[in-house]
Amino acid sequence: MAAAKEIRTKIASVKNTQKITRAMEMVAASKMRKAQERMRAARPYAEKMRNVVAHLARANTEYRHPYLGERELRRVGAIVVSTDRGLCGGLNANLFRTAVAQFREWQRDKIELDLCVIGNKGIGFFNRIGGNIIGQATHLGDTPHLASLIGTIKVMLDAYTENKVDRVFLVYNSFINSMVQKPVVEQLLPRPKADDLETKYPWDYLYEPNAQTVLDQLLNRYIESLVYQAVVENIACEQAARMVAMKAASDNAGNLINELQLIYNKARQAAITQELAEIVGGAAAV
Amino acid sequence: MAMTVHVDIVSAEREIFSGQAEMVFAPAVQGEVGIAPSHAPLLTPLGPGEVRLQLGNGQSEAFYINGGMLEVQPRVVTVLSDTALRAADLDEEAALRAKTAAEEALHNRSAEMDYAKAQAELAQAVAQLQTIQKLRRRGR
Repeated sequence: MAAAKEIRTKIASVKNTQKITRAMEMVAASKMRKAQERMRAARPYAEKMRNVVAHLARANTEYRHPYLGERELRRVGAIVVSTDRGLCGGLNANLFRTAVAQFREWQRDKIELDLCVIGNKGIGFFNRIGGNIIGQATHLGDTPHLASLIGTIKVMLDAYTENKVDRVFLVYNSFINSMVQKPVVEQLLPRPKADDLETKYPWDYLYEPNAQTVLDQLLNRYIESLVYQAVVENIACEQAARMVAMKAASDNAGNLINELQLIYNKARQAAITQELAEIVGGAAAV
Repeated sequence: MAMTVHVDIVSAEREIFSGQAEMVFAPAVQGEVGIAPSHAPLLTPLGPGEVRLQLGNGQSEAFYINGGMLEVQPRVVTVLSDTALRAADLDEEAALRAKTAAEEALHNRSAEMDYAKAQAELAQAVAQLQTIQKLRRRGR
């Protein structure tokens, strides 16, 4: 019966694992709901900000801000948003694959790259494979605050204003629904030209104290809000991906238990049959 | 009824107020401004202080903000409130922290990106995922 005992222990251990994965699945499900709410809560600000900046792009501003004008591309900056923790399926791997494919294209065109990385997993990855990381932020938790991102974003914005990078991209997972998350590479700076409505007549804001300071502050906040939105969305993606991954793990554990149970029953029966045969054999011999 | 203007007060983390008001007072950096309906387009930073709204019927409402931006269009007034205390030197400090964190974490490492290694690692991860999927399909 030695084999049967081993199988029993194995079943017990798989059952324990299943309990853990099931608990993680449920935790992820409830966190995902909260993360989605947070995503919705952050949306009005981003929308308002986008409206203001769209007005601005349409307005005939007296001062051209560097964030709005193109320049020759020699070096790009990328802000990569990843998760802090693992066990979320292929979420990070897919994101990094998309990012690296894009980076490779730039490398082919002899364009150099600076990185700002948000999230432990991204730092681990780019740490292993190399890459010039100029800023990072980790341990944002489930409720990220804009305050913890400002530093990282400012590093990139400074690099842009000092002409160290000529374009800035944002790489993150966009939340489509709880089953589908899509890695995206989005251009932040200079602001891509939208198909805004044509101006009917030239107009401009009144600026207080002056156009330069106002636009500086406004556009910095615009970029910050976009990055914040990406971070919040990425967290929703993380929880959704984790929920799906943990559900799959629980299902797999269930299958494994069924298979092991079958093997266990067979082993038990074989042992009984053998014992009976031995008894019968023994009786016949006497 | 008196003329009103639509007012939105939002912060990066949530929506604070959205509705009609007869008059808006906001703490602009150069002194408090009062905005009536059909005001000319205006864009100004706000300092920390109180945003007051006159809602009509003698009612008013006030919100404290850490600072932010005020955008005025003839029909819409938008207050983009900051969630964190902001100041140039505070921001500088945060940037420095992000930079030193990156430098510390990546102490002894080349700045050259090793694409072959990245490709290999990602291929490995993808292969693992595919195997898992295959296994799962077979299991069903």
